[in-house]
Amino acid sequence: MSKPKVFEKPVGFRDYLPDAVKQLRAIEHKVLHCMEGWGYEQIVTPTMEFYDTVGVASATSDAKLFKLLNNRGTTMVLRSDMTTPIARVVSSLLKHESFPLRLSYHANVFRSIEEEAGRESEFFQTGVELVGDASAEADAEVVALAIASLKAAGVSQFKIAIGHVGFLNGLLEEALHGRLEDQAALKEMLISRNYVGYRELLNKLELEAELRQELMDLLRLRGGEEICQYALGVSSNETARQAIEHLCQIWDVLKAYGVCEHVLIDLTMVSDFSYYTGMTFEGYAADLGFPVVSGGRYDNLLTGFGRKAPATGFALKTTRILELVGNKQQEAGERLLIAYNEAGRIEALQAATEQRQQGKQVITSKVDEEQLWSELQAAAEAGGSFVYNGKSYSAVKCYGNKGASV
Amino acid sequence: MSGNEEQVLKVAMPKGRIYKQASNLFREAGIPIPIEYEDTRKLMIELPDAKMEFIMAKPVDVPTYVEYGVTDIGIVGKDVLMEENKDVYELLDLGIAKCRMSVIALPDWKPSIHPRVATKYPNVASAYFREQGQQVEVIKLNGSIELAPMIGLADRIVDMVETGQTLRENGLVEQTEIFSITSRLIANRVSYRMKNERIQSLCDRLQEALAARV
Repeated sequence: MSKPKVFEKPVGFRDYLPDAVKQLRAIEHKVLHCMEGWGYEQIVTPTMEFYDTVGVASATSDAKLFKLLNNRGTTMVLRSDMTTPIARVVSSLLKHESFPLRLSYHANVFRSIEEEAGRESEFFQTGVELVGDASAEADAEVVALAIASLKAAGVSQFKIAIGHVGFLNGLLEEALHGRLEDQAALKEMLISRNYVGYRELLNKLELEAELRQELMDLLRLRGGEEICQYALGVSSNETARQAIEHLCQIWDVLKAYGVCEHVLIDLTMVSDFSYYTGMTFEGYAADLGFPVVSGGRYDNLLTGFGRKAPATGFALKTTRILELVGNKQQEAGERLLIAYNEAGRIEALQAATEQRQQGKQVITSKVDEEQLWSELQAAAEAGGSFVYNGKSYSAVKCYGNKGASV
Repeated sequence: MSGNEEQVLKVAMPKGRIYKQASNLFREAGIPIPIEYEDTRKLMIELPDAKMEFIMAKPVDVPTYVEYGVTDIGIVGKDVLMEENKDVYELLDLGIAKCRMSVIALPDWKPSIHPRVATKYPNVASAYFREQGQQVEVIKLNGSIELAPMIGLADRIVDMVETGQTLRENGLVEQTEIFSITSRLIANRVSYRMKNERIQSLCDRLQEALAARV
């Protein structure tokens, strides 16, 4: 590769300019505030972790992890999600804290992209983890909070699809008892969203006609409450039945939260995040081609860090939400210009301090040139907004000799 | 959302060869697509009767439009899907534009020390030969792939074969079929959920039309 030009940066990484940052911070603030209202406390973890601990435990494929060596030659990773580092903290520093734990975060995470431009290697996630509660109540709380967070962020039209990995696992085990390779192949088709391939494979496999039809029908199992009722009758497998019962319970709790209008049940949903063990969900907003939130239950992840505990959570893709709601015109804040010359400096800077204490944005400028000074004085007398050095100000004040303060 | 049935469905249609067959299939499924757009140069076509909007795209770009969600669904050949590897739902095999992806060579082909393969589909070709345990150098060409073995740029090519007419005329033979190709209905991840009823009912109608064809 040739040497990069001075303004270049690595593919997949972005600069955020003041306007974007303002909006990003606003979203972050609103969402974290919402999460705080539900009793979730913020946590910060390091950007870099050991490959052998967090790197291996995370669901990000090896090829997508950013790996580097530290000064001792140990392999490190840039965190690819926040769930795994939080599992580490809960099992170590928070080992003696009693469950349930409610934690929230806003952080940048890193995943190396494959080829396309436009995909980001570093992006922001805002999310929560609810650790130590295996109930449907906990899963529903997390889904309801995801809905509240999306609303807080300003996303108006969205849907959350909920599924359960147990249903598919149970159904496959029932139909293809012990044929793990066939099961994995079918699952792989669903993960890669290749329904044509899934049907072709089903037709090729040796199966009872009835079971084959059941597995075909799986592709249509999405909708509201009725799907749960229907699915209960489909499989006699214990794992599948438990999964559906758990989903039904979650639905009931969500009904009590009054958010069912945003939720649909989708039993075809298989997450490519391998650590999920139970309910999983994904959120979609109108006018955006990619999901804005994803989450689910991961009851085995903490065991790997030495503290066995059930857990559930989600991450909002804050950068995508910015894309969605960020383009709305921001109201220009009040900005005051205080101009002064030698004689008025003390008075000017004191006035600036006072205004700032009152919460105003104040920019000070020492003006030596006579014509500009008189222009500014005229503007101050006239009142109203004024453009100075390419920036507009809602008011101007002048301190100094020749007319002094206004 | 209850207003789903009223929403316009944006469809990325492949320009040219496949368009005609695809729009025929749509009509057989009872979707009112006027015949007059067969040779149009318009890039966006509103179809208020069908509550659809067609975006006329170059076939290889169809998965891109769908992945980014600028169109809800699209129609594209399996060859493009295999080559582009985009994150979209592959919902339905439409059974149209049937052909196959094959390895092609001159009749007197013998394995060489440094084999070279020319193709329009470098990802498909690399993956295939990797799986076969063969090390080959893949050369990307944009058209007239058949030329490559004839003038000695490569000893084999990987390309789409429909009738085999071009191969025969140029004295080439098909060695192995890699996979068979038909057009597929694909959907964006978000649209598939946000406009699920619309897309599902379209799928069902197309499936019925396909069943009636057999």
